[in-house]
Amino acid sequence: MVLKMGVEAENQNIEKSMIETANNLLKNKEVDVIIGYSKGTVPLSSAPIIIRREEDTDKLIWNNLCYVNLAKYLVPLMPQLCDSEGNSLKIGVVSKGCVGRALIHLAVEKQIKLDDIKIIGIPCNGNINRKRIEKEIGESEILELSIVDNNINVKGKDFEQSFPFDEYLNELCKVCKVKSPPNNESLAEVCVGECLEITSVEDDFSDLDEYESKSTEEKWDYIIDTLRTCTRCYACREACPMCYCHLCFVDQNKPIWFGKTTEISEIITFHLTRAMHLAGRCVACGACSSVCPMGIDLNLITRKLEKIVKGRFNFTSGIDIETLAPMTTFKMDDSEEFMLEED
Amino acid sequence: MTVQTVDDKSINENWEPKIIAFLCNWCSYAGADLAGVSRIQYPPNIRIVRVPCSGRINPNFIIKSLTDGWDGVLVSGCHPGDCHYISGNLVARRRFAILNELLEFFGIEPGRVNFMWASAAEGERFANLIKKVTKIIKELGPNTKFKKKWC
Repeated sequence: MVLKMGVEAENQNIEKSMIETANNLLKNKEVDVIIGYSKGTVPLSSAPIIIRREEDTDKLIWNNLCYVNLAKYLVPLMPQLCDSEGNSLKIGVVSKGCVGRALIHLAVEKQIKLDDIKIIGIPCNGNINRKRIEKEIGESEILELSIVDNNINVKGKDFEQSFPFDEYLNELCKVCKVKSPPNNESLAEVCVGECLEITSVEDDFSDLDEYESKSTEEKWDYIIDTLRTCTRCYACREACPMCYCHLCFVDQNKPIWFGKTTEISEIITFHLTRAMHLAGRCVACGACSSVCPMGIDLNLITRKLEKIVKGRFNFTSGIDIETLAPMTTFKMDDSEEFMLEED
Repeated sequence: MTVQTVDDKSINENWEPKIIAFLCNWCSYAGADLAGVSRIQYPPNIRIVRVPCSGRINPNFIIKSLTDGWDGVLVSGCHPGDCHYISGNLVARRRFAILNELLEFFGIEPGRVNFMWASAAEGERFANLIKKVTKIIKELGPNTKFKKKWC
C-alpha cells in the first residue's frame, strides 16, 4: 500500500527500514557484505558503499539521487569476494526495482549465483533527472539540493531555484512499473525487505507514440539532434549492469568494426549496436542517461527496446528467473512479417 | 560540420544502386548459383558475400555496410526448418526482427535493409526477389544519410 505522503517522509521511511533490515542481516550472519548507497561527495550525487560491520550500517542512505545500478558491481566482484578460507561471501544488495531486475537477469544469464545474494528490496520513489536540472541551471555551480513539499530546491552561491518533483523525475522512473524488486516463488529465499509479487508486467508504451508517429526523416533528424553531442566516452556502457563483456565491440581492434571518431554515423553506429546488444536484457534503470556527461537522454531507445521485446516475444527482462532471455532462444513460429516475399 | 558535396550520382538518372548481399552457403548461395546456371536474368546490382549460415551474420556487418556507403543490404538464408545447422536461421530471425525495428526507429528508411529466405532449389524465386530488392532501393535513392562522411 502506498500512502500519500511527502517525498521527504517517504525517503526517511525507506532509509529507516533499509538500515534495520541491513542491521538484522549482518547481525544474524545472513550476509557478510552489504552493497548500498552512501552520501555523495558532491551535491546531486550518491556513492556506492560496501559495508562489512553492523555499526557502519547508518552510513547507508536513500534519497532520489541513488541512480547507480548496484548490480553493476557484482559481475566483476563476484569471483573475488571470498573469505580467507576461500569460501564465497554472502552479499546483500540494496535494491530498488531496477537493481533487483538486473540481479535476476544477470542470474538468468548465469553471470552471478543468486544463492550467495540477498536482495534487500526497497520501494523506490524515483530518481531525480539531475542532468535536466543541471542543464536548466546552466553554468552556475549547485551547492545544495533538498526536497521540501514535493519540490526540489536547488541552492547555489547566488541563486535558489525550485522544481516540481514529479516533473523532474527521470523519464524512465515516470513510467516505471517495477518500483520494488520482483519476487515470486523461486526467489522467496533471496528477497528480503519490500518486494513486489509479480509474474508479468503490463505496459502500454503510450509515451513512445509521439516519437513513433514521426516520419522517417523527422526520426533521423531527432536522433541526430539527440546524439550529436556524444563524445563516445562510453560512460553509458560503464554504468550499465548488462555491459559486462571482457572485450566490448567498440574496443576490438582486430578487426576494427567501427571507427573511433565522433562523426555522426559512427556515433549512431555505437548507439545502434549498443541497443542491439541490450535487446531483451535492458532493465530500464536509466543509469546510462544519469551518468552521461553530455546529458544525452537515452530513455527513448530504452523504452523502444522494451516495447519490441514485449511485443514480439512477450518478455520483460529481470522478472522471472526461469524464462530464458529471448535472444538466446527461438520458436519455430516467431513472426516474420518483415521478410521479403515474392509479389 | 561536414561539407555537403553535390553527389553526381544522386542527380544522374542512370544511377544504379550497389547492394551488398549476404547469402548463406547452403541455400541462398546455391539458389543464386541455380539462377545463374538456369540462365535466369536478374539485375547486376548485387555483390554477393558468402557466409556459412545466416546465423553467422552479425548485425555489425549490416550496419557497417551502410556506413561504408552501400545503398542497400540484403540478407538471405535457408527457409525456417531447413537450416544446415538446424537452428542458425531461427536465431538469426529474432536478431533481424529487432535490428529491423531499431533501424526504422533510428530513422533509416525501411527497405534499405532487406531480409529473405531462398532455398537451393529456388533459382527463380531468388531472381524475382533480387529484382524486387533492386526496385525498392532504386526508389529510395542513394544512401547518403548513414554513409560515413569523413572517409
